[in-house]
This record gives sequence, structure tokens and C-alpha cells, in this order.
Amino acid sequence: MIDIELRDVSVRLGGNVIVDSLGMDVPGSTWVGIIGPNGAGKTTLLRCLTGAVAYSGSVRIGDDRVADLDRRSLARLIAYVPQLPYIPRAMTVTDYVLMGRTPYISYFGMETASDLRVVTDVLGRLELAGFARRQLGSLSGGELQRVVLGRALAQQAPVLVLDEPTSALDVGHQQQVLELVDSLRKEHSLTVLSAMHDLTLAGQFSDHLVLMRDGKVVARGSAEQVLTEEAIRAHYGASVKVVRDNGTVVVVPTRAATKADV
Amino acid sequence: MVGPVSIPGGGVLRELADRLPLIEVSSGLSERDATILWDLRMPRVVLGGLVGAMLALAGAAYQGVFRNPLADPYLLGVAAGAGLGATLVIAYLPNVSEWPVDPLPLAAFVGALVGVFATYTLGRAGERSRTASTLILAGVAMASFLTALQTYVQQRESDTLRQVFAWILGQLTTASWREVLLVLPYVVVSGATIILHRRLLDVMTVGDEEADALGVDTRRIRLLIVVAASLGTAAAVSVSGLIAFVGIIVPHTIRLLLGSSYRVVLPLSVLFGGTFLILADLAARTAIAPAEVPIGVITAFLGAPFFLFVLRRSRTIS
Repeated sequence: MIDIELRDVSVRLGGNVIVDSLGMDVPGSTWVGIIGPNGAGKTTLLRCLTGAVAYSGSVRIGDDRVADLDRRSLARLIAYVPQLPYIPRAMTVTDYVLMGRTPYISYFGMETASDLRVVTDVLGRLELAGFARRQLGSLSGGELQRVVLGRALAQQAPVLVLDEPTSALDVGHQQQVLELVDSLRKEHSLTVLSAMHDLTLAGQFSDHLVLMRDGKVVARGSAEQVLTEEAIRAHYGASVKVVRDNGTVVVVPTRAATKADV
Repeated sequence: MVGPVSIPGGGVLRELADRLPLIEVSSGLSERDATILWDLRMPRVVLGGLVGAMLALAGAAYQGVFRNPLADPYLLGVAAGAGLGATLVIAYLPNVSEWPVDPLPLAAFVGALVGVFATYTLGRAGERSRTASTLILAGVAMASFLTALQTYVQQRESDTLRQVFAWILGQLTTASWREVLLVLPYVVVSGATIILHRRLLDVMTVGDEEADALGVDTRRIRLLIVVAASLGTAAAVSVSGLIAFVGIIVPHTIRLLLGSSYRVVLPLSVLFGGTFLILADLAARTAIAPAEVPIGVITAFLGAPFFLFVLRRSRTIS
């Protein structure tokens, strides 16, 4: 169980403040969903954790400050799934997932049998065993998303950072991938931090939601607390109806004028 | 075996075997033939193999660290720098053949390294972001600048034009064991460095940010590979001139036929690159014998259609 703690984190890119004195706590083995309109700074915030962007303030993962860790140690702590991962189309599923073992292989070293065992386990877990020798270019969007997740899982890191993990998927595959992440989280006590667009899914799968706008946190708490019609109108400029149904919060977009009025 | 003087194949094989330790056979070659074989043809074949292997390997490595299929060993100013160095010597240093040490390879070598160093320094100038594409653009600019200088010198000293042109098109005509020994250490060290990075180059195919997140220091590896590939290329061109096209077509042919993993592409680039240049040199020596065609003309003349053929074939397969 690894906690994440951000204190007074700011990111400036080209004179613009992208993340503004932001503080956040992610308790160990919970799932925190980051929501917010486009340009709110969600992706940049996640990139602070992977050390991909320069920031001021402090980011701690467990007992370590991210700034003090070398890349290999960081890669053993955090597995990162970017929004649009690069897909080498000619690479096989096994070779791609094997890349997740990189932080455990010495500089000039090669993968060992134990690395291959980890990959075989992961592929089995994601129901990809039959795809092991397939090239990435021959897979469907849903299969690819699972393969990318597989590479992250092969890192065996206690923290999983996902940037819009389901943006390219249909509703069935969205649920499938998120359920999978959730069951892996429970099984391995993973701490999950994800940026999400679909507010209903974000509310259903996250323990806590953090609503960002203009680089700041404007609301945080449970789905019930954060997903209100007023907050969504104020920060997304969207007209929605929020339905509370059996403990889950459903966000439905609405139109001011219906077809019957026209 | 093949050349203006024909030497019987069996004799060549026996002569080669005789040179191996612990083996004593009589080759049946005359002393003249043995001398031609050992002092003229063998060093030329070995040098061709070394240069071809180095250019193909450096091309594959550049394509890997820059994630750009058009990258070749001459990308970062190696060729333009070497060309300028060689042109300066040919144009302004008379009677170099009487010098104890030929300054031409040294000037080309230094010119190549100055070209790469200038590119790297300029590419870095844009604050922290020494990305792959800024380096490539800096390389293009530096190459144009050095080529402009080289052309200016070449036009001013037009009586040496032929010699400069022959050098630029590439040649192995002056090959001797001395050149082989000059190039060998660079090819071995830089080749080993590149091949040892084959797994990391595979990881780098997903781009800097993802590779960094997997624990790979992409900037440091890019610098290391650029230094290794440039040193090796500089050494190769210093003795062979600017042999074109090997660094592009050999790695890509391997990719099209056998897949794009660097674990396959790098070792086979050594093998195929060496073989390709030896065969190209054979064609260069014999096509219009006893005159020679510049080998750079042969590599492009034979290489380009072959590459297009492979490209078309692999398209129809996929």
C-alpha cells in the first residue's frame, strides 16, 4: 500500500500556469479519479508523478520524493498508461508487454525466463494468452487497450497512473477495462490515479473524485459530493441532469430545447 | 579472384588457408599473384566489409534513436564535415603523397566530428528541449552550411575539382592494410556499443516519454548512440569517402524482410552492410575494367532499384 502526496505543486509551461499550487492526497490502495474540463491540467498533473514535466513543490510516493528518485526506481513505483500510447504495429503482444519489465533489467541485460513468466501471467490475467504472438497492428481497439494495460501491469508497480484509459472504447469495453483495473487494484492493493472524461464512470469506479479547473482543485470528495448539476454547469459549461440511483450517481447531458419545441 | 589480373579460385582458397595458424598448404600461386591478393585485393575486401558494416549499423542506430526512417549516418553533419575537411586538404595542401602520413583521412575524420559536434551544440541551444527533431533540423542546417563552404572552396580551386568529386562519390581504390588498421578499432568499439543497446533501442521505439516512464534515460542513450555512430561513421568515411545510401537501404531491407526489432536489425546490418559493399566494390572494379566506377554510384545504381523491389514486394505481402 503506497500513499501519494502532492504539496503546493505548480507547473509553468511557456509562461502559462498549467497547475497552480495544487495539493492532493491519495490514500494507499484507493482509486482517485481526476475530472475536469479540457485544459484543466489533468494530464500535466499526472505527468508530474512520472517525472515527465518540471514542477515546483513536492510530490511524494510512499516514503520517496519523486524528484530524488532515478528513472528506474520511479518506474518500479509507478506504471503509467498515457492517453495516446504509441503502438509499434509490427511488434508482437509478448514483446510489447515485456517492455514493462524494463525497470528490472540491467542496462545491457536481456529479459530472463522470470520476466517471461511475469508476462505470461499478465496475458492470462487479461485474457490475452491467445494473442501472445499476434502483432499489435492486427488487434482491435479494445484488445490494444488491454495490451497497453498489460505492459503497465508487467511493471509490477504499486501505483497505477492512467490518463483517460477508456477514451477510445465503446461502452462495453469501457466497463470491462475499468472493472479489470478495479479487480487488480483490490487483488494487489494498487493505488490508482486516473484522469477521466466520463463523469458517470468516474463516479462509479473512484473512491474519491477531484474536480480540476485552470490548474486548481475546485471540488473534491465522493461522487455524491462532487457531481452536482451546479458544479458541472459552472465548470464544464454543460447542462446536465444528475440522477442518484441506488448509491451511484448518473450524469445525463440534457438539451434546453427539445425536438418537439422546434 | 576477379579483376584485371585473374587469380585461380582454388589457389586463393589455399593461400588464405595457408595464412591461418597451424595450417601449411602450398597455394600454387605465383609470387606476383600472392602479392596482388594480399596487398591489393584482401585489404580492399576487408575495408569494404568494415565500411559497409559500419555505415549500415550507424544508419540503423540513427533511425532508432531519432525514430525517423529517413535518418542516415550522414544526418548530423558527418558527411558535410568530412567533405569540407577532405576538400580543404585536396585544394590547399599540395603534394600530400610525399608526406610521411596522408593528412586526407585525418582531415575528413576531424571535419566529420566537428560537423556533428556543432550540430549537437546548436541543437541543444533551445533551452532544455534537445528533442530528436530539433537535432535533426540542426543537422540539416549545419550540413547545408558546411556544404556551402565546401562548394565555395571547390569552385575557387577548380583544378582539383575532379579529385574532390572522386573523393565525395566514395572509393576504396587506395585501400591497404594501413587503412584497415586505422578504421578497425573505431568500427569494433562503436559497433559493439551500438549492438549492446539493441534491447534499449527497441524500448525507445515507443517514444521518449513512454520509454522514460519505463525507466530508460532516453537522452543519455541518444547522446551515447550518436557519439558511437558518428565516431564509427567518421572513421569509415575518412578512408572511403562519402559512399551513399548504404545506411538507409541495408537496415530497411532487413526490416522489410525480417522484422523491425533492433535485436535482428543491428547484427544483420553488420552482415548485410559488409556484404553489400564488398559486392558493390566488385561491381565498381569490374563494370568498366580496367577503369573504375565510383562505388557510391554503384551503391545507388544497384541499391535503389533493389530497395524499391523489396518495398513493393513487402507491400503486396501485407
